[in-house]
Amino acid sequence: MNVRTRATTWALGLSVLLAFVVVVSAGIGHVSIPPRTVARILLDALSVPVGVSLGGGMSLPLVGTVPTPSLSFASPFHFSVPDTARIIVLSVRLPRILLASLVGFALATAGVVMQGFFRNPMADPSIIGVSSGAAVGAVATIALSLSVPFGLHGAAFASAVITAFVVYLLATENGRTPVATLLLAGVAVQTFLGAVISFLLLQAGESLRQVVFWLMGHLAGATWDEVALLALVLPIPVGILLAYARDLNVLLLGEDDAQSLGIEVERTKRLLLATASVVTAAAVSVSGVIGFVGLVVPHMLRLVVGPDHRVLLPASALAGASFLVVTDTIARNGAAEIPVGVVTAALGAPFFLYLLRTREVHSP
Amino acid sequence: MSDPFAISTSEEPFETNPAISLDDVAVSLGGHTILDGLSVDVDSGTFVGLIGPNGAGKTTLLRTLNGALSPDRGTVHVAGEDVHTLSSKAASRLVATVPQTTQVSFDFPVREVVRMGRTPHRGRFDGWSDADEQAVDAAMERTTVTDLAERSVTEVSGGERQRVLIARAIAQETPVLLLDEPTASLDINHQVRTLELVSDLVGDGTTAVAAIHDLNLAAHYCDALVLLSEGRVLAAGDPTAVLTESNLKSAFDAEAVVSRHPVTGSVYVTALPTPSDDASGRVHVVGGGGTGARALHVLSAAGYALSAGALNEGDTDAEAARRVGADLVTVPPYAPVDDAAQSAVESRVEAADVTVVADVEIGDGNLANLEAALAAEYLVLVEERSFSERNYAGDDGRAIYERLKARARVVEPSELLSVVGEFACESFGDSTNSEDAASDGDPTAEVEGAAAESNGSTAESNGSVIESNDSTAKPSGPAQSNHS
Repeated sequence: MNVRTRATTWALGLSVLLAFVVVVSAGIGHVSIPPRTVARILLDALSVPVGVSLGGGMSLPLVGTVPTPSLSFASPFHFSVPDTARIIVLSVRLPRILLASLVGFALATAGVVMQGFFRNPMADPSIIGVSSGAAVGAVATIALSLSVPFGLHGAAFASAVITAFVVYLLATENGRTPVATLLLAGVAVQTFLGAVISFLLLQAGESLRQVVFWLMGHLAGATWDEVALLALVLPIPVGILLAYARDLNVLLLGEDDAQSLGIEVERTKRLLLATASVVTAAAVSVSGVIGFVGLVVPHMLRLVVGPDHRVLLPASALAGASFLVVTDTIARNGAAEIPVGVVTAALGAPFFLYLLRTREVHSP
Repeated sequence: MSDPFAISTSEEPFETNPAISLDDVAVSLGGHTILDGLSVDVDSGTFVGLIGPNGAGKTTLLRTLNGALSPDRGTVHVAGEDVHTLSSKAASRLVATVPQTTQVSFDFPVREVVRMGRTPHRGRFDGWSDADEQAVDAAMERTTVTDLAERSVTEVSGGERQRVLIARAIAQETPVLLLDEPTASLDINHQVRTLELVSDLVGDGTTAVAAIHDLNLAAHYCDALVLLSEGRVLAAGDPTAVLTESNLKSAFDAEAVVSRHPVTGSVYVTALPTPSDDASGRVHVVGGGGTGARALHVLSAAGYALSAGALNEGDTDAEAARRVGADLVTVPPYAPVDDAAQSAVESRVEAADVTVVADVEIGDGNLANLEAALAAEYLVLVEERSFSERNYAGDDGRAIYERLKARARVVEPSELLSVVGEFACESFGDSTNSEDAASDGDPTAEVEGAAAESNGSTAESNGSVIESNDSTAKPSGPAQSNHS
């Protein structure tokens, strides 16, 4: 099938790109390690079950992003590599790189869905307040030194999902959720939550620096636990979104048309919104607010592969993963470590403006 | 069931299983009742036109038929199934909808858009089947968009996009096809092609319901019409039965003339300007051969009571005079104006405040009209051509015309309305010295020709409802009276 072939081709190509980016990125840092060595270390590591939670069984497009040291792939590579290099790559750099790729993957996926859903080129994963919600949860936990179950991540994730749900409820009347109302409700709630965050910052005291760091989006200090968490949470919602790619296409025609073509519009909208919000919340709760990935990457890919979500969705997801690995590599190799959110915004905003001025950004 | 309209001859619609059956359907949107108890049956294999003024509920009815809107009460059955109890998918296998072509901002290839028509026939994880492919190919061939298959739907023209959307609906393979204003925003060629296509589909057994603004296109192509007004069915059935002057008056609040189209033989509706009450007075128009029609329309729109003649039966101006309800003096076709007719015209000229002589060709047969016009108090001659060009009555004609001209105001067609207004006011205010006022001849008042011109052309070109904005009602009489 034509579309299926295109989707597979793009997914494979971008998976190869991602693998390449991961290997190169893992070699870059204070200690420079040649890509060949990195590759050997990674191949070696394949035989080591790093953690049970990283088991395989994920849907196809995910293979590229999660290096799934699954037992079935266990092969007895025994390259001789310096132990220091092995430790640097596996314990220090790889968790951060993989987390970056998972977060980028999630944000780009959610971005595609939100832009298609809202039929609005300015839509991003946080458009209904997910990021602001996560920020409130995280900032409150840090600033007020709360102790919550599942810690900072749990608080951020919970408040993000609750915020999305509240926005949805505010915009829904008689079982219908007009996207324009949803958009405005999202803006209003984000503004309100912005005020809450500002207030909490005033209360932060000594933890202010930590709070600001979280807010800017960060991947420093990533742990294998965080990687495992995302790798476990993402497959199901992303799989659902991929299964609804055709419905997203039809929704682009407008809701009345979609209804007349047999889409249960309100139910589909509800499901897409909830799923995309969970994907965003999962990413944001581990990495903080990283802007522009979910906005710019889908636009770039739409220019390249077209509006068909069956191709666009997996392609954007994989490209988003590569994009965030690259930007985070830049972020951690500057004169001083800077939050990756600053780099994505610094690169993404001018690029987006360039697209805007050359009129290449259309509504999805 | 409250007053059911069955678009069929069948007495008991449910036994014959009509394609669409609405029973007492009421829909409200945002607290406003849009449809208020509609009952209509549509026979299988017919093309039904949904007509009615803006806001009558045409689009709402279509959205209720395809299940997008749920009625507050009543039921909608399509092919025997209650569409509002069906899943969206099941309903979409019964009813396909061609939306109004609006701007599309996604650049899917044309073929991909048509393929989306197969959505209701496919499961979430189903592949693309041969049946799907055949349905898409057939639909694209039918609508002649095969050549556009790889083009982006954003790049094709409005007419082509309309056909793409129809192809999508055909690919849906439903027994019922709904079209919302399929001819809006299309040029006349594409309007006709679109409706021909729908007629063909109906010929193959599809049942089509289309909201159509253009009454004449609707009358020509549809097997039956449903006239909606204020959320109710005002009339339904054969176009000749629905498109009556009284129905149009009550639905559109418009004056219209219903006749037969000379070429197609279909019912043909011509809307007329609504008379305004701005101007008052009586005007007699001498015309013939179509030269007076424009004056009659313009003056009628301005609100004057009119008389006309004498004209031969069947003359274009005689038709025009009837349409505007003028008091008409006629003589048989090709017959000259006889003495009886001349005196009838004279009496109307005397009764009129102003007499207008159009740019008419004068021969022996109608010279009597000019003689009769000599009796006018206020006289206006419309000249587009010089009189010698249109005089076929020799010296007699010239002599009478010179006499008329000596005491008349000669105007361009565009000035007619304002000059008549001026005279009508004088006649109304001071009738004793009116002859001198007229014979003075010098046009001293500002003539608002442009306004009258635009009124006139609007009234003639599309017959839309217009408000006369000329200066006829202004009391310009006193300013003029010192001329005498």
